[in-house]
Amino acid sequence: MAEERRQKLCSVILPTESMKAMAESVGVGSLQEDSCLALSEEVSYRIKEIAQDALKFMHHGKRRKLTTGDIDHALKLKNVEPLYGFQSQEFIPFRFASGGGRELHFYEEKEVDLSDIINTPLPRVPLDVSLKAHWLSIDGVQPAIPENPPPVPKEQQKTDSTEPLKAVKPGQEEEGSIQTKGQGASSAEVKGKEKMRMKPRSTHELSVEQQLYYKEITEACVGSCEAKRAVCVCVCSQGPKLKEFCLALFIRCNIMNSKYTTKHLLFPLIPAVVTCIVSKQLCLRPDVDNHWALRDFAARLMAQSCKTFSTTTNNIQSRITKTFTKALLDDKTQWTTRYGCIAGLAELGHDVIKTLIIPRLSVEGARIKAVMDGPVVSNIDKIGADHVQSLLLVSTSQQHKVGTNLCRAAGIFDAPAYINVIHYSSNHFEKYSILFFFRSSFKICSIFPKIGRRDLWTEPHRND
Amino acid sequence: MAAVQDGQMELDAEKETKPEILSDGTSNLSGNTASGTLSSSPLTAAPAGGAPKMEDQQTLIAVLQFLKRNKLTDSVEILRREAGLGEDQEDSQATDGSGGGKGDVDGGDANSLLSRVSITSAAAPQSMPVKRADDQPDVSVVLSAYSQQGDPSLYQVYYSGLKNFIESVLDCHRAELSQLFYPLFVHMYLELVYNNHENEAKAFFEKFSGDQECYYQDDLRVLCGLTKKEHLKGNEVLLDFRTSRFVLRISRDSYQLLKRHLQERHNNQIWNIIQEHLYIDIFDGMPRSKSQIDSMSGSLAGEGRRELNKAKVFHGLLKEPEIEVPLDDEDDEAENEEGKPKKKKTKKDSLGSKSKKQDPNAPQQNRIPLPELKDSDKLDKIMYMKESTKRIRLGPENLPSICFYTLLNAYQGLTAVDFTDDSSLLAGGFADSTVRVWSVTPKKLRKVKSAADLNMIDKESDDVLERIMDEKTASESKILYGHSGPVYGVSFSPDRNYLLSSSEDGTVRLWSLLTFTCLVGYKGHNYPVWDTQFSPFGYYFVSGGHDRVARLWATDHYQPLRIFAGHLADVTCTCTRFHPNSNYVATGSTDRTIRLWDVLNGNCVRIFTGHKGPIHSLAFSPNGKFLASGSTDGRVLLWDIGHGLMIGELKGHTDTIYSLKFSRDGEILASGSMDNTVRLWNSMKAFDEVETDDFTATTGHIHLPDNSQELLLGTYHSKSTPVTHLHFTRRNLLLAAGAYNSQ
Repeated sequence: MAEERRQKLCSVILPTESMKAMAESVGVGSLQEDSCLALSEEVSYRIKEIAQDALKFMHHGKRRKLTTGDIDHALKLKNVEPLYGFQSQEFIPFRFASGGGRELHFYEEKEVDLSDIINTPLPRVPLDVSLKAHWLSIDGVQPAIPENPPPVPKEQQKTDSTEPLKAVKPGQEEEGSIQTKGQGASSAEVKGKEKMRMKPRSTHELSVEQQLYYKEITEACVGSCEAKRAVCVCVCSQGPKLKEFCLALFIRCNIMNSKYTTKHLLFPLIPAVVTCIVSKQLCLRPDVDNHWALRDFAARLMAQSCKTFSTTTNNIQSRITKTFTKALLDDKTQWTTRYGCIAGLAELGHDVIKTLIIPRLSVEGARIKAVMDGPVVSNIDKIGADHVQSLLLVSTSQQHKVGTNLCRAAGIFDAPAYINVIHYSSNHFEKYSILFFFRSSFKICSIFPKIGRRDLWTEPHRND
Repeated sequence: MAAVQDGQMELDAEKETKPEILSDGTSNLSGNTASGTLSSSPLTAAPAGGAPKMEDQQTLIAVLQFLKRNKLTDSVEILRREAGLGEDQEDSQATDGSGGGKGDVDGGDANSLLSRVSITSAAAPQSMPVKRADDQPDVSVVLSAYSQQGDPSLYQVYYSGLKNFIESVLDCHRAELSQLFYPLFVHMYLELVYNNHENEAKAFFEKFSGDQECYYQDDLRVLCGLTKKEHLKGNEVLLDFRTSRFVLRISRDSYQLLKRHLQERHNNQIWNIIQEHLYIDIFDGMPRSKSQIDSMSGSLAGEGRRELNKAKVFHGLLKEPEIEVPLDDEDDEAENEEGKPKKKKTKKDSLGSKSKKQDPNAPQQNRIPLPELKDSDKLDKIMYMKESTKRIRLGPENLPSICFYTLLNAYQGLTAVDFTDDSSLLAGGFADSTVRVWSVTPKKLRKVKSAADLNMIDKESDDVLERIMDEKTASESKILYGHSGPVYGVSFSPDRNYLLSSSEDGTVRLWSLLTFTCLVGYKGHNYPVWDTQFSPFGYYFVSGGHDRVARLWATDHYQPLRIFAGHLADVTCTCTRFHPNSNYVATGSTDRTIRLWDVLNGNCVRIFTGHKGPIHSLAFSPNGKFLASGSTDGRVLLWDIGHGLMIGELKGHTDTIYSLKFSRDGEILASGSMDNTVRLWNSMKAFDEVETDDFTATTGHIHLPDNSQELLLGTYHSKSTPVTHLHFTRRNLLLAAGAYNSQ
């Protein structure tokens, strides 16, 4: 910073030593200090002048990078012979040597074995310039094709996938909605307008996918594969709660089978899978049937598809994450859906668990507690809460051995305390102790000495 | 009034800046131009009364003085003989040497065009020079403009004294007087440098450079490198400062305040600089606000002089030639008679159409001679009309589709792109000196057969035009070799038979698209030629380059017909544009101004200031009323040509705007930038919202609404492909082009 400032304010001048070295290299032995100074000032000025002209060539060449060619052209402009044949692969082609009180910069000229050069295969001929056309926009809407950049800029994708909580934090959302209610009318209008403009987007974007979908379905129906046909029938007759499990199996088979590209089918299928994960009710008797297994399975499937197919263009993973987080944050979400969301998120990997589930633990714990201890609860709720609790335990246990150890050792599941332990253990030991103090949770307190200090400091394992 | 005619003449720059006029008698060389070429000499055309005569003489005398001083006695003799000047005449001029003589010397310098216009328009009676340190009408004396000097150690005191004063005046005056800081700072610094007070100069720079407006940063960087008198020689930025006056616009009240202050304090140093190097344009009325001043400032030489923008500009469109639309398969025979006027009518209400009636603002049809229409041109016009009936009406609800042509593997660097008007061909100029032409339709590019083969074909046959083409040479693209430096500008002729390219090697080349060979190399710019463009009617073309002039050429002349001199820095890339009626040429420059030149007499009729960075793109609206300009600062400014006013500012881009284009009806403005985006703006709304009442028209003070976000209709990102060129097809499909940048 300081250097930049200085550069702006006063002119930088080459050191006089370089002048001396330069003079010696052309055979002028003793150069007066004054002449050196005068020379260096003059040379510095001329170099700046040439640099300024070279910049001009860069701008007109529509580049952001100054090239040696620009400098050559700038020299030519001043009627100075350009530097012929100057080429270097390296950024700074000089080497430095010192000894006997002398400092020297020189070109390094390596010895080259000619036979090496002769024997190396010829480099590939560079491709010729070619012209390619694509649609940057159709009726004002940018189509999502590989030629166009992803609809959401990379930075946004990053923040979306790492902290979807930020976008839809419950507290903020409520406050925000109250605040914006006043402006609601106008913003709704604006939104309405935007929607009107967006309209063509949905039509043409969907149509491409749906066309593919129909194509695949038709192909499957008339094709030779019997299983595919069966599943197609299944897909087509898909009532919302029909044969989800069968469908999920089918999808998994397809994804597993690398020969058969499911890429085209992905978009129509994802909603079905998501339904399997988060649907409120998947079977007739939710209290008896084991729909939890289907949810687990579908969540795993989802995670796998994300791993296989998520790209910066379709951005599946962050979209899915968003969906789950949103549902999870909603207070009115059913236990079944809640379970699905957590399962879905948990399957997505450690980072997701760490950033999305763990911060939620305290809230979820409180909720579970309320259900367990609450006076009037339906059986379904109880079962749901129970499942969520065990799921949370399992998923976070992989992450935080410390925390689980704590809980296991204590033999309890005091969610809030547990969460806070996890939360703070990785950050500050001090905080932990304070917390621990305030909590005055004697059970934890009693097991505390059993846990080595090192354990408390251990960062969550990422790579296991 | 402190206005002193600028009497400096820069001999080093003479080659570049002297307006040279080539009248030629060979007006009928080409078959295209039965009506002749531009041949009238602008000096006689300009109704300047006695002034030019007087000026000429003064110029001659100045030149004589120069020659004498350099002991070129033979030349002196010859010149004297040819000019018919007596020795006594010259001497008397030299000895009487009062301000009157002095002021007129500028006939030959860079400002001659400006002064001529100001005389012509007679809008502001300029007081003749008041005083001068030395009264010799001698060029070499004028060169040493900074010869007078005060005590170098007091410069800082003077400057901070003025600074304190300006900061203590009323708010309304402060903004106006603050304009003085930058020019004063520069001139005081240069004076110190010129008089060899290097250390004082450095201290002065260090102390006050931080106070200057941020958009002068680039110039300050140049300045800070200059610390020796020797550096002053040959530095362009300095020449600009010394040959042209910095123009300030200040209200009378503020000016009086300043004058009183300086007189009270006996601050002669500053007063001298103001008198000699600044041009203060005083107006009556309310002082302008800070934002008003900021919107107009930023150019290298201050604002445009107000009276310069008063000249009448014929911005209307020329009448379309009457072309019988032939009976064809499209229209029923019976319908055709009615169908034709109907077609015209539908076109008329669209903005870009050419109305049947003569536009009151239009120039006379033959104001400049235009080439006659050939049969093929007529066919093309008919095609154009047919296409335009199918044109999509664009608007905020109906945005255009954009087709992006990406040039892949252009490692050598794509520097310029152009499309033909019918969007069938694309030309690219590359940094490796080649020009490549692609056919973007299924029709392939073919060469004409060799002379021997041409002899064989039947010249009477109907499809002779088809037969002359050599099928064997058909390919999708052709490469044109000939330049010896990066190609910075390409332009197709309207009839698609020729292509122009301009290059770093200082030439403009004309290529035939029938034989794919070079026909002519136009040499005139001795420095890189940044851009070239064909007139919308063909035949003429304009080029602009590093030598700071734009030149108007005709394809059948080796030498330029007009030289438009006046810019203080390079005439930049994609920045020489013909007005749709071909009577005017707009040029943008690195000096951050845009100038509009009259093709008929070579005068500069408009100067637009307000950009804060070099201008890199220009576009006329199809109706000829408005101009859009884009610069390195990422802003697009909109200008009303008739009133000479800035009427809009479009902010959004984050990098240099290399390309601007209005839709065929003028309703949408598309801008393409180095930041890899194409943005669409609601230009209709921008133009409608600005009410140019009489007051703003006379004073030129504008309040720009800050509504860029409302006007922005869409932003389309490309995948690391800077947008080099934009083009609307005849049906209003937007074509964009750029080279994919893999880094």
